[in-house]
Amino acid sequence: MDFTTQLLIAAISAGTPLLLATLGGILTERAGIIQLGAEGLMLMGAVTTCIVYIRSGNLILALLAAVAITAVLGMVHAFLTVTLRANQTMSGLAMTLFGSGLSAYVGKSISGIPLPGSLPKLDLEILKPVPVLGELFGRLDMLTWFSLLLVLVLHLLIHHTSWGLHLRAVGDNPATADVMGIRVQLIRYCYVTAGAALIGLAGADMVLAYAPTWNEGLTAGRGWIAVGLVIFARWNPLRALFCAYFFGALDSLGFRIQLLGSAVPSYFLKMIPYVVTILVLMYLGYRNRNKPSGTPESLGTPYIREQRF
Amino acid sequence: MSPKPGNESATLTPMAGRSGRWYSIRLEYDSSRTRSPWWTPILSVVLALLLCAVFIAANGMSPLVVYEKMFRGAFGTSYGFTETMVKAIPLLLCGLGIAVAYRISVWNIGAEGQLTVGAMAATAVTIYFPDLSSFWSITLMLVFGTAAGALWGLMTAVPRTHFGVNELITSLMLNYVALLALDYVVFGPWKDPKGFNFPGSPMFTAAQSLPVLGSTRLHIGLVFGLVAVLIYYLMIRFTRWGYELRLIGANPTAARYAGIHIKKHIIIVMLISGGLAGIAGMAEVSGVTHKLMQGISPGYGYTAIIVAWLAKLNPLGLIVTSILFGGLIVGGYSVQTIGLPSSISEMLQGAILFFLIAGDMIHRFRIRRSA
Repeated sequence: MDFTTQLLIAAISAGTPLLLATLGGILTERAGIIQLGAEGLMLMGAVTTCIVYIRSGNLILALLAAVAITAVLGMVHAFLTVTLRANQTMSGLAMTLFGSGLSAYVGKSISGIPLPGSLPKLDLEILKPVPVLGELFGRLDMLTWFSLLLVLVLHLLIHHTSWGLHLRAVGDNPATADVMGIRVQLIRYCYVTAGAALIGLAGADMVLAYAPTWNEGLTAGRGWIAVGLVIFARWNPLRALFCAYFFGALDSLGFRIQLLGSAVPSYFLKMIPYVVTILVLMYLGYRNRNKPSGTPESLGTPYIREQRF
Repeated sequence: MSPKPGNESATLTPMAGRSGRWYSIRLEYDSSRTRSPWWTPILSVVLALLLCAVFIAANGMSPLVVYEKMFRGAFGTSYGFTETMVKAIPLLLCGLGIAVAYRISVWNIGAEGQLTVGAMAATAVTIYFPDLSSFWSITLMLVFGTAAGALWGLMTAVPRTHFGVNELITSLMLNYVALLALDYVVFGPWKDPKGFNFPGSPMFTAAQSLPVLGSTRLHIGLVFGLVAVLIYYLMIRFTRWGYELRLIGANPTAARYAGIHIKKHIIIVMLISGGLAGIAGMAEVSGVTHKLMQGISPGYGYTAIIVAWLAKLNPLGLIVTSILFGGLIVGGYSVQTIGLPSSISEMLQGAILFFLIAGDMIHRFRIRRSA
């Protein structure tokens, strides 16, 4: 395999958790709720997957457990922000702090134990003869295919169905949506929960495809990068695909450069994704300074019926 | 009973309003009750202890035994109490910086990174100017530590004010950059040649270390923290700057129409916030570890967020909460002896924050009997 194909595979493998988390963030934020708990949710998803997989040996059960646990945590976030109208920033922050503490606590017993297996790869015979990409397709695992499918499904859902119209209405103008007869609170609950579950799945993918074992603080800020990617992708699932793979490439580029025998210390190469996140967001802010950024218009403001702001 | 304007009834279900008639009791939301009562912080700590008791019990331990062990470890012995105070110093300094920023809704979560670069800058003084007198080396370390922290804060502020970038993301990304930079210097250029290949800078000399209280580990950094609290308290209460800050915090739109330069305030506030965390980093290397190494902060920057929020950003409350959380960290270490991970204290911290933000809101609901 040549360098480009290797880099491409590495970019996809590092980009898939970012993609899943970004999609989860998009769903949550399209409903008008800020999701800053991504880091904690990813950690909880990752640790749940590890514990259940090691204890039961059943991959599907492990994935379901990760999704279930993070969905419950998503409901907690929804309860705080939708029903109690708490500060969404602080609630997300609490989620991140609690998630990293709890995951470290429950994960202590399985820290460093290798998982019994990894994600099955889909061997699609039809795709083998495709030039250049054929070899690539054979190396993608189940969750990667699922995330690709999800990009398409979410794109269609958000932009081409009446459900998506309702979702966007709730995120942009909940008062109007309410008058239209859309159940604002219910929709917000559903999408915050679904979004959290996707972020949990991202954490699961992280341990299954990327890191071989559970370690405390395994995600190393990738949840936060995903929060940035939601803005970078302008709340659009198709853009999220490119943004996530771009960051996946950056993430693995450092490691590849090191393998090539670069003189730059590895610490600086590891800084690349973090620094680029800031620079990209600054560039976007500069470019879109007089334009709408695509932010759902009532993002971060709780909806209270019969109250004007 | 007709609700006042601004009130609104809601049930604690996602289908608010509609399903209200199914219940004979409903909850009424009163948006005018913005000041939360004094007991919410206490209640949230109690509820967090209860929640975490479940996880401790799930681990096959008695929660009471564990909590007793934690409390004794932190406050029961004079050694434990000094350790608690030692941990409270960086929490107080970082928490104060965070409180300043949060007062005007600048969500700085980068205290961890700002503390780290402060510690690095202080260490740089010991490495490049090794032979200064005690007074000059401590002063220079303090100046460099503060400046580095403030610079790190500025790197969060400018993207926010001039490029509209969310400061949460920037400050967090900079935490990772700072920690990687720390790794680089302790494994690379600043590694102690006599350190048996362990990562870390050479030990500081006595002239480069902060004075300590008697034979304990409690250092003069405590005075830095208390002085900073006092200055902050006076500035907020009695200066024009403090007034403007309170106005922005209460109503940013009104503040802008009143001609207050909000961008300028964001930058000032982040310089202060970063600078205080930088002092915490300097005090930590110079007063506690006496050398730069990995893990100089067990997450002080993150814990300080909860410290500040639990104190309701009140400078005097910060003194109490930072000692409490210093105790929580020390207590977390002390349960390791009975086979529990110290991350139990992190879990407790997150749970406290959860209950706290819920408590801040839940008192705004009043139980009413439906007609």
